[in-house]
Amino acid sequence: MSESPARLNVTQQKDVSIVEFTENKILDEMNITEIGQALDVIVQSKDRPKLLLDFANVDHLSSAALGMLINVNTKLKQQNGQLRLASIRPQIMEVFVITKLNRLFRISATRAEAFGSFE
Amino acid sequence: MDTALDTPLRFVIHSDFAEGRQVQHAILEEITRHHFGPDATFAIRLALEEALINAIKHGNKFDPNKVVRVEASITPQIAEIIVEDEGTGFQRACVPDPTTDENVERIHGRGVMLIESYMDEVNWQSGGRRIRMVRRNDDAGR
Repeated sequence: MSESPARLNVTQQKDVSIVEFTENKILDEMNITEIGQALDVIVQSKDRPKLLLDFANVDHLSSAALGMLINVNTKLKQQNGQLRLASIRPQIMEVFVITKLNRLFRISATRAEAFGSFE
Repeated sequence: MDTALDTPLRFVIHSDFAEGRQVQHAILEEITRHHFGPDATFAIRLALEEALINAIKHGNKFDPNKVVRVEASITPQIAEIIVEDEGTGFQRACVPDPTTDENVERIHGRGVMLIESYMDEVNWQSGGRRIRMVRRNDDAGR
C-alpha cells in the first residue's frame, strides 16, 4: 500500500481502496493539498481504481476540499475508475446538496452500502 | 446577558493562513460564549473560513505587504463579521454559478456561493474587497 499522510487511514478490501479521514476538519489548504496528493497516488497506482472515501469523522470541510474531491473524481474517471463517498454527516451533506455536488458524486449512507455499490 | 464584552473584536493580520486561523479561533470562542446553536456555529465557521481564504489568497494574493482587517460584532442574538483585504477586488456578478451543468466539475468557485447560502445577509462592498456578513443565532433565548 502506498504511504499516506497521518490524517488518512487507508485500507484495502478486495479491489477497493478505503480511505478514512481521521481528522474532523478538512479545511486547511496545506492539508487538503497533502490529502489530494495521497489520493492521487492511490488512483494512479491501479488500473480501473475503486476508491471509497469514508467521511464518518468529518464535521467541517471547505470549498477547497470540495475542489480536491472533484479533482480526484476527474482523475478516476480518466482511468475508468469509480469513486464512492460514504458516512457523510447531515451538516456536511447539506454542503454537497447546496453546491449540487450530490449529483456529481455517488454518496451512500454507510461504508458497507458504498462498498456494495461498486460495479 | 453578556453585554460587557459585546464591543467589536478587531484584528489586522498579514496575508497568512496561520494568522487567519487564530482570528477564526478567537471569533468562534465568542460564538461559543454567546451560546450560538450548532447550525449557526457551523455556518459561521464555514463562511469565515471561506472569507479569509478569499481575502488572503485571492484578494491579497499572499502579499506580505498587504493586510486583512477583520471585525466581528457578536451578541447572543446575532453575529456580524466584516473581512476586508487590500487586493484589486472583484465583481460578484462575474463569478459563475458553480451549480450549473457546465460548471459543476470546476475545481474552484464555490466559496462565495457557500458564504451566501449559509449567512443570513451578505454584502460585497468596496469593489469586492470588503465583505459584511450576518448570521442570526437560531437558538437565542431558548
